[in-house]
Amino acid sequence: MANHVLDITNEHCPMTFVKTKLKLAQIAEGDTLEVLLTEGEPLNNLPKSAKEQGYQVLSVTHVEGPVHKVIIQK
Amino acid sequence: MYDFTEEELNRYSRHILLKDVGVEGQERIRAAKVLIVGAGGLGAPVAMYLAAAGIGKIGIVDGDVVDLSNLQRQIIHTTPDVGRYKVESAKETIQAINPSVEVVTHRDFLMANNALDIISDYDFVVDGTDNFPVKFLINDACVMAGKPFSHGGILRFEGQTFTYVPGSACYRCTFDGPPPAGAVPTCSQAGVLGAIAGMLGTIQAAETLKYFTGVGELLTNKLLTFNAKTMDFRKINLKRHDRCPLCGKNPTVTHLIDYEQATCDLASHKASNK
Repeated sequence: MANHVLDITNEHCPMTFVKTKLKLAQIAEGDTLEVLLTEGEPLNNLPKSAKEQGYQVLSVTHVEGPVHKVIIQK
Repeated sequence: MYDFTEEELNRYSRHILLKDVGVEGQERIRAAKVLIVGAGGLGAPVAMYLAAAGIGKIGIVDGDVVDLSNLQRQIIHTTPDVGRYKVESAKETIQAINPSVEVVTHRDFLMANNALDIISDYDFVVDGTDNFPVKFLINDACVMAGKPFSHGGILRFEGQTFTYVPGSACYRCTFDGPPPAGAVPTCSQAGVLGAIAGMLGTIQAAETLKYFTGVGELLTNKLLTFNAKTMDFRKINLKRHDRCPLCGKNPTVTHLIDYEQATCDLASHKASNK
């Protein structure tokens, strides 16, 4: 099982989740996706949206400054 | 796999966000090839929504030219298009909405001698025609070719539609054959509220997108009817019949038929072909 990284710190809603969904579609079942995003709307919405659509959110951690890391399992 | 450009991700973002569509569904929409028979009241919204949705290839069959009286409902055509071939005008609008859609124009009427050939290039057929002979022709050709299609019809304030997939009830399971020429008026004789073309056409477009994405339940074995006067919508169960002259056990309809059309329809077609 591989881990993938996606940086959406420069994206705005809803493209944050659109790009996350694209990446999730591209990776294999069981793989994890590490999403780097900023606080505010992306951090508030993305883990919630991912859960709503059936993905497992493994962790949400602060990286530095406004940047956070969300790990999602497909 | 799932190679979408930045522009595509943005354009289709509202589809991709949907759990039931997603990137996978949008990919299936992009790979889809849809034939729309008739670039009129129903074909207009169908073509426009399917183009906007990013259907990969849209074919349009119509031999007619745009008439001023079409513009009350055929919103794919505009005033400067009067006199132009409908397929050309429709193609222009589709490409203005979404340049990535491949548009194939069939500047012809669907007939027994060209129907199977034309539909063979497509995955799904949408009936946007205004007369019974062609509705039966589309049904027969699609059933024979094992091709799914959306039936649609409107008149005055009413509309009806169902979706066929191989194995479900076909038009002839319920209706033996077209009514005698002239027995039932067409839109051009009886009139139609323009907006109901949009109501029914968008239902057909939604069914098409549901077919490709696999979302929800199609209107198979169900005839959806509505009356815009009361805004009553009804779903009537349709049954596949073993006695169906087309898809039953002992079919009597074994080849495509050009049924007679009401003479005024033929006259108007001839006139517009000049």
